Amino acid sequence: MGFLAGKRALIVGLLSNRSIAYGIAEAMKREGAELAFTYQTEKFEERVGKLAADFDSKIVLPCDVADDAQIDALFPALAKHWDGVDIIVHSVAFVPKVALDGDYLESVTREYFRIAHDISSYSFAALAKAAMPMMEGRNASLLTISYLGAERTLPNYNVMGVAKASLEANVRYMAQSLGPKGIRVNAVSAGPIKTLAASGIAGFDKMMGFNEKHAPLRRNVTIEEVGNASAFLCSDLASGITGEITYVDGGMNITAAGTMD
Amino acid sequence: MSDIEQRVKKIVSEQLGANEADVKNESSFVDDLGADSLDTVELVMALEEEFDCEIPDEEAEKITTVQQAIDYVSANLK
Repeated sequence: MGFLAGKRALIVGLLSNRSIAYGIAEAMKREGAELAFTYQTEKFEERVGKLAADFDSKIVLPCDVADDAQIDALFPALAKHWDGVDIIVHSVAFVPKVALDGDYLESVTREYFRIAHDISSYSFAALAKAAMPMMEGRNASLLTISYLGAERTLPNYNVMGVAKASLEANVRYMAQSLGPKGIRVNAVSAGPIKTLAASGIAGFDKMMGFNEKHAPLRRNVTIEEVGNASAFLCSDLASGITGEITYVDGGMNITAAGTMD
Repeated sequence: MSDIEQRVKKIVSEQLGANEADVKNESSFVDDLGADSLDTVELVMALEEEFDCEIPDEEAEKITTVQQAIDYVSANLK
C-alpha cells in the first residue's frame, strides 16, 4: 500500500505532461492518492481532461486563480465529488514574458509586479482560505513550488524572483496560521526544469546548462524527483514538517561554484 | 524519406495527436494539424530533445510547418 493511500489531492497547475504538477500527480497516484485537477480557462478544459485521464481522474474543475469568484466556486464544486480534501498542490506562476527578459529595473512595472505577486503568491493563500472547510480535522497539507531565484539573483528571472520570495514567506505565515488546526504548509524549491511556463524565461537553456555544470550532482532534476519529494511532504510521513522550503535541485543551493573550469 | 524527415514527422504526429499519414511536408501545425499555441511550444521542446539541440525563441517562432522543422534541424544538427 502506498504512503498516500486514502488521501485525496487537488492539483492546481497541470498544463502538460512536462508540468511539474504532472510529476507530482504521478508520484501521488503511485502512492495511492485519488486526484482532482483544475484548468484555468475553457480553452484548457479538454487538454487538462486528457491529462487527468492518465491518473484515472474524472474530476476536472474550472479555476482561474486570478478570480476570487472562481476560487470560491471551486470547493463547493469539489464537494460534489469528495466530502473532504487532504492535499492541495499549487504549481502556478505567471507574469507577462517581457518581464522575464533583460534588466530587472528596466522590465519591471507596477502592473507586472502586481500580476506576478497576485498569480504566483497570493493565489496560494486564497486557495487555502477557500479550502479550509474541506481540510479541517484530517491532517491535511498544502504544497507549493518555488525556485532559488526567490533568495538569490540570476539573469532574467527578475520580478518572478521577487514574487517567489513572497511565496516562500507566504508558506511560513500560512504554516503559522494553519498549524494550530493540524494543517501543514510546505514548498519544494525545484531546480530549473523545462516546462511550458519556463519556456517564457529568456535564456532558460543556458540557466539549465549552468545548473548542470555547478550543482553537486552535476545534472538537472526531473519532474519525477520533484514529484517524489512533494508526495512525501504531503504525506503523514512528513507529519512533523511545516513551513519548510525543501530543495530538490541537485544541491545547487549550497554552492557558490561547483567547478572553476 | 530521410532519417531526419522521418523523425520530425513521428514527433509531430505524437505531439499533435495526428495520424502519421496526415503529417505532410507542407502541413502547417496550426492550420492543418490543429495545434494551439501551447502545442507548438511543446512541439519545439520535443524537437529539441529528439535532436539534442537548442532552438532559440526567435527561430522557434519561424517554424510553423513540417518542412520548416525539417529544414531547421537539417541545418543545425550537431
